[in-house]
Amino acid sequence: MDWNLLISQLMNGLQLGLLLFLLASGLTLIFGIMDFINLSHGSFYMIGAYFCGSIVAYTGSFALGILVGLVGVFIVGALVEWFIARKLYREDHLDQVLVTFGLILIFDTLVHMLWGASGMAIPLPAVLNGQLTLGELVLPTYRLLIIIAGFAVAAILYILVSKTRLGMLIRAGASNRTMVEALGININRLFLFVFALGAAMAGLAGMLIAPITEASIGMGNDIIIVAFVVVIVGGIGSVKGAFYAAMILGLIDTLSRSYLDVLLGLAMPTEYSETAAPAISAMLIYILMAAVLAFRPQGLFPPAGAK
Amino acid sequence: MKWLPATLAARVYALLLLVLAFAPLIFEWIDQPFYLDLLSRALILAIAVISLNLILGFGGMVSLGHAAYLGIGAYCVGIASYYDFYNGWLHLALALSVSAIFALLTGAVSLRTKGVYFIMITMAFSQMVYFTFLSLEEYGADDGLVIYSRSEFPEFISMDSSAGLYYWVFALLLASLFFVYRLVHARFGRVIVGSRFNEQRMQALGFNTYRYRLTCYVISAMMCSLAGMLLGNFTGFISPDMIGWARSGELIFMVIIGGVATFFGPLVGTLAFVVLEEALSAITVYWHLIFGLLLVALVLFGKGGIHGWLSRLERKVADHG
Repeated sequence: MDWNLLISQLMNGLQLGLLLFLLASGLTLIFGIMDFINLSHGSFYMIGAYFCGSIVAYTGSFALGILVGLVGVFIVGALVEWFIARKLYREDHLDQVLVTFGLILIFDTLVHMLWGASGMAIPLPAVLNGQLTLGELVLPTYRLLIIIAGFAVAAILYILVSKTRLGMLIRAGASNRTMVEALGININRLFLFVFALGAAMAGLAGMLIAPITEASIGMGNDIIIVAFVVVIVGGIGSVKGAFYAAMILGLIDTLSRSYLDVLLGLAMPTEYSETAAPAISAMLIYILMAAVLAFRPQGLFPPAGAK
Repeated sequence: MKWLPATLAARVYALLLLVLAFAPLIFEWIDQPFYLDLLSRALILAIAVISLNLILGFGGMVSLGHAAYLGIGAYCVGIASYYDFYNGWLHLALALSVSAIFALLTGAVSLRTKGVYFIMITMAFSQMVYFTFLSLEEYGADDGLVIYSRSEFPEFISMDSSAGLYYWVFALLLASLFFVYRLVHARFGRVIVGSRFNEQRMQALGFNTYRYRLTCYVISAMMCSLAGMLLGNFTGFISPDMIGWARSGELIFMVIIGGVATFFGPLVGTLAFVVLEEALSAITVYWHLIFGLLLVALVLFGKGGIHGWLSRLERKVADHG
C-alpha cells in the first residue's frame, strides 16, 4: 500500500468535496427557497476564476484577486437576480431551464469576447506553491489551503444559517416560503441576498481551483451537474445535506477512480477490470443518486418541515 | 378553395413538406449539394426533437437529458461497426433495445419525482452516459469513433448516396410525425396529456399515470435513439460530445423555437435552429451570444414559438380583413 498516494487521493477527494459544497450550497438554497432551477450557476464559477485571474495578472496579489473576485461575482449574481431570475420565480421550470441555459451561452461568449478563447493561468504566490513535508508525507501547500478555506467557509455558512436572524429567515424560506411572506418579511431582499451569496460561493470555488486547472470557458458546465447530484442526494434546500453529500460524493468519485481497478482486479482478469473500472467509477455517483432517490426521495438530510 | 388546409400555420407546414420532398432536386438544380447535407442533419435532429416534444410538450416531462438517447443510438451503430457488424437490422435492433432498457431503468427512477428533481435527474443520467463513453478508451473515449461504412440493409434500401439517405430520413420523419399525431389522439395520448394538466384527477379516474408516463418516456427514448442511429450513419463519426447536456439543452431550445406541444413545431423549430446556427456561425464566432439572447427573449416575450406566432398572425389578419 502506497500511503503517500492514499493520503494525496484523500486530499483530492476532500478538495473536490469542498468545491462541490461551495457550488451546491448556493444551488440548494436557490432551489429550496426560490424554487428556481439555475443551470447557469456554473457560470459564476467560471466568472469568479476570470475575475480573480485578471486581478492577479494586474496586481500580482492572489489575496486581492480573491477579494475583488468575490465582490465582483456577488454583484454579477445580484444583477442576474434583479434583471432576470426574479421574473421567473413564478413561471414554470421549463422557462427557468431555458433562460438559464441562454445565460450560459451569453456568459460563455462574453468571457470569450473579453478574455479570448484560450484559458487563463493563474500564478500562485511562492508561499502557496510549495510542499509541506511531515515525516514521510509530502503535502502540497495549496491543496491544504483549499481544504482549510473550504472548511472555513462551511463553518461561516453554518453559523450564518443556524445562528443568525438572517439564517433563520433562510431556513424558514426553505421550509415554507409562503409563510415567511405572510409574516411580513421583505422576501425580495432575502431572495436577492441568497442568490448573490450563492453566486459568490460558486465564484470562490472557481477562484480556488483555477490556479490548479487554469480558468477556461465552460469550466463550470461539467462540475455543475455533479453539484446538482449533490443537491439531490443531500436534500433540496438543506445546507447541511449539501455538505455531507458533497463530502461523500467527492471522496467516492476520487477514490473510485484510483482504486476501483485494483478492487475489480481481485474479482476478474486485469484486462477486463482495466476497461470496466473507469466506466464504473464514472457512473458511481449517479448510481448512488438513483439509489437515494429510490429509497429516500427527499434526500439524506432534507430541511426541517419541508414537504 | 376547399383543398387548402384550414389554418395559416397548416398551409405553411404543407408547403414546407412539399419543399422538403423535392429538396434534393432543388439543391441539384442550383448546384449546392452541401445544403442537402445540412438539411439531412436537420431532419435527423427533427426526429429527435419530435420525440422530445412528445414527453416534454405533450407529457409535461421536462427532460434535460434527451441527447443521451441520440448518443446511445449512434454508439450502437459505432460499436457494432467497430466489431465489423454492418447489418442495419442488427444496428436498429440494438439501438431500439438498448435505449428502451436504459430508458426503462432510468425513467422508473426519474418519474418517481416531479419538477426540478425530474429535470436534474434526467440531466444527471445523461451525464452518466456521457462520462461512460468518455471513459471507454476502447471506443475512442473523447477522440470519438469513426464509422467507416453505413448500416447495410441488404435487398431493402441503400443509404450510401446522399439523396438516398435523405429520402430515408424524410420518410422516417413523416412516420414520426404521423406516429406522434396518432399517439396523442389515441386514448394513451389523452391520458398522457391529461396527467400533464392534472395528474391527481387522472389517477382518480382510475389510470395508473406512472405506468403511462413511463411507457411514453420509453417510446420517446426509442424514437430518439432511432434518430441517433441515423445521425451516426450520416456523420460517420461519433464522440461523447454529442451527448453532453448542452446538446440536450439545444434540443429543448429547438422545441421552444417551433412551439411546445404542437405537431409541426419540432420540425420548424429544428429547421430554424440549424439554419440560424449555420448562418450566424458564418458571420461571427460569437454567435452563441445571439443564440443566448434569442433564447432569453423567446421565453420572456415570445410565447408559443413559430407556431404561436403564425396563429397570432392569422388572427390579426382576420381581425383587420
